[in-house]
Amino acid sequence: MSANAPTPKGKKTGPRTPMPEQAPAARVKNFSEVALGYTPDLAKAEAVRCLSCKKPPCRKGCPVEIDIPGFIARIVANDLDGAYKVIRETNSLPAVCGRVCPQEVQCEGQCILGKKHEPVAIGRLERFVADAHLSASACETLTGGDECKLVREDLKVACIGSGPSSLTVAGYLAAQGIKVTVFEALHELGGVLVYGIPEFRLPKAIVRQEIDAMRAQGVEFKTNWVGGMTITVPELLEQGYKAVFIGVGAGLPKFLGVPGENLIGMFSANEFLTRVNLGRAYKFPEADTPVIAGKNVVVFGGGNVAMDAARTAMRLGADAVTLAYRRGEPEMPARKEELHHAKEEGLILKCLHGPIEFTGDDKGYLTGVRLQKMTLGEPDASGRCRPVVCEGDTCEVPCDMAVVAVGTGANPLIPQTTPGLSVNKWGYIEADPETGETNMPGVFAGGDIVTGAATVISAMGAGRKAAKEIARRLLG
Amino acid sequence: MANTILRKRSLIPGTTSELVVDAPHIAAKARPGNFVILRVCPDGERIPLTIADADPTAGTITIVYLVLGKTTAHLETLGEGDGILDLCGPLGRATDIHKLPGEVICVGGGTGIAAMHHIAKGHHKAGNYVVGVIGARSRELLLFYDELKAICPEVLVSTNDGSFGRQGLVTELLQERLKNSPLVSEVVGVGPVPMMEAVAKVTKPFGVKTTVSLNSIMVDGIGMCGACRVSVGGKTKFACVDGPEFDGQLVDYRELSQRLGAFKPQEQRSYEEFKKSHVCKCTHS
Ligand SMILES: Cc1cc2nc3c(=O)[nH]c(=O)nc-3n(C[C@H](O)[C@H](O)[C@H](O)COP(=O)(O)OP(=O)(O)OC[C@H]3O[C@@H](n4cnc5c(N)ncnc54)[C@H](O)[C@@H]3O)c2cc1C
Ligand SMILES: Cc1cc2nc3c(=O)[nH]c(=O)nc-3n(C[C@H](O)[C@H](O)[C@H](O)COP(=O)(O)OP(=O)(O)OC[C@H]3O[C@@H](n4cnc5c(N)ncnc54)[C@H](O)[C@@H]3O)c2cc1C
Ligand code: FES
Repeated sequence: MSANAPTPKGKKTGPRTPMPEQAPAARVKNFSEVALGYTPDLAKAEAVRCLSCKKPPCRKGCPVEIDIPGFIARIVANDLDGAYKVIRETNSLPAVCGRVCPQEVQCEGQCILGKKHEPVAIGRLERFVADAHLSASACETLTGGDECKLVREDLKVACIGSGPSSLTVAGYLAAQGIKVTVFEALHELGGVLVYGIPEFRLPKAIVRQEIDAMRAQGVEFKTNWVGGMTITVPELLEQGYKAVFIGVGAGLPKFLGVPGENLIGMFSANEFLTRVNLGRAYKFPEADTPVIAGKNVVVFGGGNVAMDAARTAMRLGADAVTLAYRRGEPEMPARKEELHHAKEEGLILKCLHGPIEFTGDDKGYLTGVRLQKMTLGEPDASGRCRPVVCEGDTCEVPCDMAVVAVGTGANPLIPQTTPGLSVNKWGYIEADPETGETNMPGVFAGGDIVTGAATVISAMGAGRKAAKEIARRLLG
Repeated sequence: MANTILRKRSLIPGTTSELVVDAPHIAAKARPGNFVILRVCPDGERIPLTIADADPTAGTITIVYLVLGKTTAHLETLGEGDGILDLCGPLGRATDIHKLPGEVICVGGGTGIAAMHHIAKGHHKAGNYVVGVIGARSRELLLFYDELKAICPEVLVSTNDGSFGRQGLVTELLQERLKNSPLVSEVVGVGPVPMMEAVAKVTKPFGVKTTVSLNSIMVDGIGMCGACRVSVGGKTKFACVDGPEFDGQLVDYRELSQRLGAFKPQEQRSYEEFKKSHVCKCTHS
């Protein structure tokens, strides 16, 4: 709807080409994808804005160092296959990354054009190239022809978890002809990409297609296998896996530690989003998993997870969704595009407010929350300003549902069942930043379980490093 | 084939059944106290069920369920040879079992008797003297009496209507036993929430270690969502990974009961729709 006329060819300093999207009033009632993607014409109009820098700073800003000017030049030359191959050289999930990476602080944040004008819309172009290719056959998509290497059954590697870090390991090693088995605890593959990030931002079909492509390459996927319970890391090594990659994410939800947190209607973002995304509660009763569709919803947090929870609550039919965040709007860690979309959809922002107490009725149902006004103080160790309590300044917000999205901790299941595995004081697995190897030889780890909750692309970057090292050792 | 139902036995016609399922990798690891999470159909809900028994040699696990709503009713439509779509486990911490000086009293109520059976068996194998205390409304509703007889030197039974064993409640039997026994090392209670609460109340004056197995609502079962959180000793615990067994004296039973009812209206609706569509299916086949 908002697509303006394409930028005239050669005009690099004009505004970036907008991406068509569903109108706010319509999309807030459905779970379909909000951003619709470039058409070939729009993509080309945007691609010609690229300056093709000799030493491209955007590439430095990309955690997996995609040859960005290289793929953009191929869009301009109408060579979409070529563009895809360039991206796939370093990124095994481009359709996902084009949609969910925080480009404004990565590639686009470094774009020279962005210093005076608007940066090239690299994320949108990446998505365009990837989507154009998802229709092609799996093996061809991955390797550009019948180059799929024969899988060597004697060289087998296990991945625990099927989030972006493990999928990257699997995709990379399979392309080298190494047999990979992925063990996932849940019944669906994809990690946060399927149980966390909602359909309207990342359609599940895209994740499934990327996974099908890997399956076609010979990767074996086992769902309902819990690492540490159904099978342990030492057992995998005993069974002849030459290496084990642990990519189990940072699942353990944190709560706020204030009274009333177990009232009915209080959810962790993980529970709320898992019910809706993995459990498909948005189509209850057609799907069996129930969720409470709150009318007055308060969400706590300021990151992508909080945005997803708030926008999901809107789509389930809430009358009002308020986001309470202890710091100010500029401090919010969410992708700018998500915050922008959420505001368009009617999100009520209550910045500089933190919860003191949740109140409920005698049956245990949530009825409201008391909020504490905050102000910003001195910067803390992380460099962000510390929120400071404004004594005596509180307010009540009635609500029948609240979602807590204030971060996650390390899931202890794997460390508990892997004697000798080193973890840091927060319980995250210690891994060599260069190779991803843990203190146990042949056991690698990466993604959120090493860094704490981070981004899709950083999890993939970690997977790539580990995969390279594993391939180097196995293939020499 | 993994997840195939090898044997099905109706324990209480129409309401409670036992399934022996082919699940070698789960059977190899299952310990008393563990549970599985299963799904019966695409778009189905994940529900937890206790592993009532496991045979690592045969590669099978046994589950016993009470038909309570949509998912258990759907499970009840499956028969021998059918497969369970998703079966994940073993989950939860295993029961802490070691040789104890005194007797171990295992109290079970309703479907909880089946869950308790695996724990009783574990204590028996560890060389403990296990006293089974089980109850039901009446004789036909009593589960696992013979199975418990095989491992417990004594099985005490109560029924509300007096049709079998003593007339009354399991807690009355438990209280007497605690009074008359020279040494009780531990009491384990598995059953409906009010029963577990009552068990903890009875054991309290005796100061005996009391373990209960909590059945809070779960989603993933691996600690990622917090749906299963319970208050134990004033602290929030995740029943799926910190439990499901906890010190019976420290559990906030009121909160647990309330949270178990969190989705009642949706569950009723789901069950109603299922009953309608299921009638349909039956007439077709
Ligand atoms: C709601 C939400 C929105 C987000 N939005 C964005 C965004 O817009 N952009 C962005 O870059 N990042 C975003 N993130 C963060 C990003 O999704 C994560 O950083 C990334 O997915 C981490 O990847 P991972 O491979 O480490 O693990 P995960 O994606 O967490 O996957 C781990 C997988 O391991 C499985 N698992 C866990 N334990 C076991 C076990 N014991 N055995 C077997 N399997 C196990 C889990 O079920 C899961 O499938 C978001 C996160 C959430 C929750
Ligand atoms: C660790 C654990 C072990 C269990 N073991 C057994 C067992 O061995 N045999 C048995 O019959 N039952 C067991 N239960 C209870 C069983 O999970 C529920 O009866 C079942 O989920 C009901 O699902 P439904 O769709 O048939 O009924 P619904 O109508 O959906 O629910 C009926 C009631 O069951 C509870 N329930 C619903 N969904 C869930 C869920 N996802 N997780 C947990 N409880 C839920 C709620 O209190 C609800 O009111 C166990 C529960 C837990 C947590
Ligand atoms: S069921 Fe999700 S944390 Fe326990």
